[in-house]
Amino acid sequence: MPADPLVQPENIMKRFSVRSCRDISALVLAREDRDLSWPERLAIRAHFVMCKACPRFEQQVRTMRGALDLWRGYRDDGGD
Amino acid sequence: MNQAMHAPNELLRQIEATRPTLMRLALLQLRNPTWAEDAVSETLLAAVEGVSRFANQSKLQTWVVGILKNKVLDQLRLHQRECAYATSDDENIEQSIYAPDGHFREMPADWGLPDQAVQQSQFMKVLEACMDALPGQLGRVFLMREWLEFDTAEICQELGLSSTNVWQMLSRARLRLRQCLQTHWFSPRTS
Repeated sequence: MPADPLVQPENIMKRFSVRSCRDISALVLAREDRDLSWPERLAIRAHFVMCKACPRFEQQVRTMRGALDLWRGYRDDGGD
Repeated sequence: MNQAMHAPNELLRQIEATRPTLMRLALLQLRNPTWAEDAVSETLLAAVEGVSRFANQSKLQTWVVGILKNKVLDQLRLHQRECAYATSDDENIEQSIYAPDGHFREMPADWGLPDQAVQQSQFMKVLEACMDALPGQLGRVFLMREWLEFDTAEICQELGLSSTNVWQMLSRARLRLRQCLQTHWFSPRTS
């Protein structure tokens, strides 16, 4: 009896990676404000393997994080 | 010589000099000039009254802004009912970023933060203007997260909103901020 096709690694990847950039970048944004579940984290990783746009988007979100931390220090500790 | 002992008047002058910064921050958070004015007045009063407790261990502005954060929170609580609504917010921001099939309309650009001080201070101004441009309630929730450093549970509690609402509003605010920074900072200058 053949193994369940859905447990083949490549098919698992397929199941997760059908999520769109809209869904994946929503998770990347959500991560700024809540902890992601394990399937959510896996979905991001799987999608990143085959997408160029979403890792760029993630890098932008990181840049914004850094900028906001910088801004808070700047305003709270003086800086014009 | 200890500045506080040496020249209390100088300290009072320095406290008063923080007013424009305090006003800008209070407005950014509260989105209401009257509430912001109240928060700033109470902050300056508390700072003047408590000036003997300011022992010069921290920078004056750090100390005063710390007081402001409490006074701003008092205002949020005082006007809780007026702040307790979730924006039904348009979905325009998402439609402008994603095509109907869920792909990005445009490849996200490669961003880097400026490392030179002058550029950095210009960037901070743009960032602040972009936060200021967030629609009222989105801005209020976003600033609670990023300036008052509340977690989402605390924001839900203070504003009486569900966590789903707050998460959605924060994500929308971040998308808008991203668009604004792309337009006003990261896009290549044409001039």
